[in-house]
Amino acid sequence: MKKILALALTLVMIFALAVPAASAANDGSVYWLNFKPELDETAQALAAKYTEATGVEVKVVTAASGTYSQTLTSEMDKKAAPTLFIIGNQAGVKEWGEFAMDLTDTAIANELNTDAYNLYDEDGRLVSIGYCYECYGIIVNPDLIEAAGHSMDEIKNFDGLKAVAEDIHVRADELGFDAFSSSDMDGSSSWRFTGHMINLEYVYEEREAGAVWTECPAELTGNYMDNFKNLFDLCINNSLTDPKDLATGGHDAEAEFKSGKAAFFVNGSWEYAAVSGDVPNATMIPYYCGVEGEEKAGLNCGTENCWAINDTASDADKQATMDFMVWLVTDPEASAAMVEQLGIMPYKSAVESTNGFLNDAAAYTADGCYVMDWATNYQPNVDDYRAALVSALNQYCADQSDANWELVKTAAIDGWATQYAAANG
Amino acid sequence: MKGIFKNPMRRWGWFFLGPVTAAFCIGFVWPFFQGIYLSFCKFKLISKTTWVGFDNYVQALKDASFMHSFWYTALFAIVSLLFINVLGFAAAYALTQGIKGSNLYRTVFFMPNLIGGIVLGYIWSMIFDGILSRYGTSILLETKYGFWGLIILMCWQQIGYMMIIYIAGLQSVPEDMLEAAKIDGATKRQTLFRVTIPNVMPSITICTFLSLTNGFKLFDQNLALTAGQPFIIQPDGSTVKTTEMLALNIYNTFYGQNSASKGVGQAKAVLFFILVAGLGLAQLSYTRKREVQQ
Repeated sequence: MKKILALALTLVMIFALAVPAASAANDGSVYWLNFKPELDETAQALAAKYTEATGVEVKVVTAASGTYSQTLTSEMDKKAAPTLFIIGNQAGVKEWGEFAMDLTDTAIANELNTDAYNLYDEDGRLVSIGYCYECYGIIVNPDLIEAAGHSMDEIKNFDGLKAVAEDIHVRADELGFDAFSSSDMDGSSSWRFTGHMINLEYVYEEREAGAVWTECPAELTGNYMDNFKNLFDLCINNSLTDPKDLATGGHDAEAEFKSGKAAFFVNGSWEYAAVSGDVPNATMIPYYCGVEGEEKAGLNCGTENCWAINDTASDADKQATMDFMVWLVTDPEASAAMVEQLGIMPYKSAVESTNGFLNDAAAYTADGCYVMDWATNYQPNVDDYRAALVSALNQYCADQSDANWELVKTAAIDGWATQYAAANG
Repeated sequence: MKGIFKNPMRRWGWFFLGPVTAAFCIGFVWPFFQGIYLSFCKFKLISKTTWVGFDNYVQALKDASFMHSFWYTALFAIVSLLFINVLGFAAAYALTQGIKGSNLYRTVFFMPNLIGGIVLGYIWSMIFDGILSRYGTSILLETKYGFWGLIILMCWQQIGYMMIIYIAGLQSVPEDMLEAAKIDGATKRQTLFRVTIPNVMPSITICTFLSLTNGFKLFDQNLALTAGQPFIIQPDGSTVKTTEMLALNIYNTFYGQNSASKGVGQAKAVLFFILVAGLGLAQLSYTRKREVQQ
């Protein structure tokens, strides 16, 4: 028995050493290092289908949530490095741009229907192109608003939103639901505020300056922090959860909204599939925060989902990758599967969106409202910057004093300059 | 020639040692030396490096957060070493006195050690906050809660493990010595301090070594419990992560987005190795001297 076991173990060892050396492809192959965990299943299925149809090997690996940069760092070092990877923001362009092929006038770039989600480096090379875009804002359950005796027409600016939210919160016991779902500050939820809601501060700075950022500004003015405070205060103080209990989280904001316990839910278009089943009338409104003229505000539209082709890959691999990308956005079935997961794709031949929130975004734009771009993508040293902001917001939620709000401002505004200097020093 | 192959142990020795030696070289020796090399380089990918000499070390030592995390870690290691070993020994002593159900207690006390650090961190953060939220606060809001929370967590996890080592030590104390002490009229206390403890010094050596190095190397539990929160937000917008320990500081430095930060993180890791290895060896030689020959 022992002999057999020893033999088996030896064989395992030998095979473990031998197998990686065995696979080698002559034709181009594709290795897609995927960024969105929710896309993994679809991507794997499409890859298999593509291989079946064309014989080209496609490998899809999805990095665990929040570990993309770590995974990319180690994968790029390998001999079989990803041929298709994600450069989602300007910090990414800075870090990985030199590894990206210039996509100007390539087959995939010619399929795009807009240039709005593309990222360029300092030399004007097109390093990555958007493959979907998203929007975020405040998700509302209009049925609950009406059940509380209000109407969506009342919510056209911050004063309207505040009046409705505060009224619902005061009468929460009688109504059986509250205004806002929980605004947890743990890692699974804090990005809704430190990555998304804070965007309103940046966007209004851009609008004040009269132009959208094309590169990360070295410092911010902080002129709109009071507006961020308006909306943040409204969220945490008119909610199911006591602000003091938000730091470690543990509340399920999505479930609160879906089960009709809360009328407002701060989140984005990717939630549509999850909430539209239970709340079919769910709609999304902009971040109303008390800025003049905000009646003409739209949703926050942008993306961090941008494809880049690895320039260090062989020409055959680059070509195979390009063909695969074009197939993903032009093949009716493939693009339909992608759109179902991603919401919308900015390509000429991709199928139409079925995502209600993205259609809301388009409706705002059609009404002549201004789009709030994702200035948040410029956050310097994004992880450190957000971590500091979370810590400051935790202090503030526990004790909403002016001194603690000063800390939030310091983290958001001075922290930006500090992290900018650290990242560019 | 014939001589070498005469002994089958010699003939087959390398064949059986080979895989382990190879794994050790690939998984430990090579990365170790490459790590030292990288600490002198600026790099993004480890296949593309630029030599920068001691720059990274200078940066690392200038970093206030590194020094903060060093002192915080040192304090944590000493306090946790004391608690874990005193309580672990006490538990072992109690469970070798022949109380009913000793085996059950031993198993139960040992079990926390089998749970992964990340899971433990999240579970305990909920337990602590379940209590602290009654007082309107959270483990993420006060440095001292974060510190003592981590001590409690580590005690809970490690006491059972150290206890097992101490039990083995206690069981090997020669019966005749204990009997002689009894006949000579030694009190229980005298027996414990004059006979038992000197005889379990080897266990104490290994347990203090383990808890000291564990304390310094702690990462998972630190990341999951507080991840360095609360931060001190300084007027210029920079932060000091008050409960960030050395290993987490190195990790955060390495994955900072500054293009030079990976080298600095690597330099910190080398300094960290020298520190932990030095402390461990110093402590070993100190406690070894106190071991008695049976």
